[in-house]
Amino acid sequence: MQLSDSPASQRILLPVRASTIIGSLALALLANFLPWKNVALAPDFVALVLVFWCVRQPRLVGLGAGWLLGLLADAGNGVLMGQHALAYSLLAFASISLSVRVLWFPLWGQALHVAALLVFAQGVAALVRLAAGADFPGWAIVVGPLLGAALWPLATLLLLMPQRRPVAVDETRAI
Amino acid sequence: MNEGDGLSTLVPVTGMDHTPPPFFNRGPAPLVRLAFFASLSLALLVLDARFRYTEGLRSVLALAVYPLQSLATMPAALGERVADYFASQAQLREDNAELRSKLLSAAQAAQRFEAAQAENGQLRRLIGAAERLPLRSTPAEILYNGRDPYSRKVVIDKGSQSGVRAGAPVVDEAGVIGQVTRAHALASEVTLLSDKDQAIPVQVVRNGLRAVAFGAGASGMLELRFMAANAEIQNGDRLVTSGIDGTYPPGLPVATVARIERDAAYAFARIVCQPAAGVENGRYVLVLENAARQPPLPGEAGPEREKRPAKVRKPRRKDNDAT
Repeated sequence: MQLSDSPASQRILLPVRASTIIGSLALALLANFLPWKNVALAPDFVALVLVFWCVRQPRLVGLGAGWLLGLLADAGNGVLMGQHALAYSLLAFASISLSVRVLWFPLWGQALHVAALLVFAQGVAALVRLAAGADFPGWAIVVGPLLGAALWPLATLLLLMPQRRPVAVDETRAI
Repeated sequence: MNEGDGLSTLVPVTGMDHTPPPFFNRGPAPLVRLAFFASLSLALLVLDARFRYTEGLRSVLALAVYPLQSLATMPAALGERVADYFASQAQLREDNAELRSKLLSAAQAAQRFEAAQAENGQLRRLIGAAERLPLRSTPAEILYNGRDPYSRKVVIDKGSQSGVRAGAPVVDEAGVIGQVTRAHALASEVTLLSDKDQAIPVQVVRNGLRAVAFGAGASGMLELRFMAANAEIQNGDRLVTSGIDGTYPPGLPVATVARIERDAAYAFARIVCQPAAGVENGRYVLVLENAARQPPLPGEAGPEREKRPAKVRKPRRKDNDAT
């Protein structure tokens, strides 16, 4: 049994349902397709939710899920096929490697880790595009991942909600 | 956690494989999986960037995410509809009056255009040139900006089901805004003129000088490249499509020359132009299509050109033998 929650709120969670994971990833994809005014500043919700599930459930969500989501994002955004797929599979690998470490930190410490992960994924995508001959669009592309990391506490709150069980205090129980 | 640490001291655990004990079958190692997916992605990247082989896969996936996309654009569309509903009567009357006066002047221009077109057709028949066929146009609405900071694209709400094909020029009421680069079933992707990879053949209205305008990227301007430093061009010159590429019909307004930098150190002048159309703003566009069939492009290399007729000729000879 692993300590599946942060030290800030050490409560035992219910097992996660597959429908929660799939639903949250679909919602994230939907949020990414919203008509943003400036696409460089918009946070990448899919990457954020993917990192969340890779950190929380590394056995259920991993590289394959990241790769498939990346393909969907590529097709939906009309960018080079495989750009997001590569970035998301590397992101999934990095977050699974960090998953044990990240959960020991309080939420803001986790958010710092997530910021590094998201900037890394954006960097991979940027490298792919620069190699394919695009112009560097400016350092504004780092703002999106940082905003995404700032949303980490909110994402944790929302995505763990289905797993929290009602607090039933039993005074007579030994432990 | 302590149990896990104990295990990891007993069994050599590689990389991130922290919890699962090695005696359960857990599929291939993470690094192997990473190598598999990364090489798959790289292969896709090369196939797409170099050979454009992934269009089938892309259109299938695009159709799969289309419901999500239309759902995502729904709130904005709904908001616009609500705003339209609550538009004040005074504003509507004002709009109506303005549109009516525009319609009058446009109708007059259209009459003159028709007369000129008829005359042009007669003259062309007289000199034996091919007649220009009328353009078919499809009105469309811009759904959203492409979600890619590295290129300048928009997505419009008409696709191959409405007859939009890749390569068709897209205009608004003031001039060219871009070209359809990918036509999905229900939506299509338009690359704007200001995209770095987008080129359009133009002609200076004043003296007929031909040039090619390229997108300048983030600034939203166009650039005329490879124009000699002493080229006959000045600030304020209007550029229209020359039509020599067969994609854009001739005579559509493209841009106005905004700035010319002539440096003696370089052989070429640096010419920056302001697009005539609202390339980065505006909502309603028109997708044009040449009704005329394009003549086949001449082959690039000699041997390939010789090969093709030979292939066509063979069956014909057989037919002749048979008959």
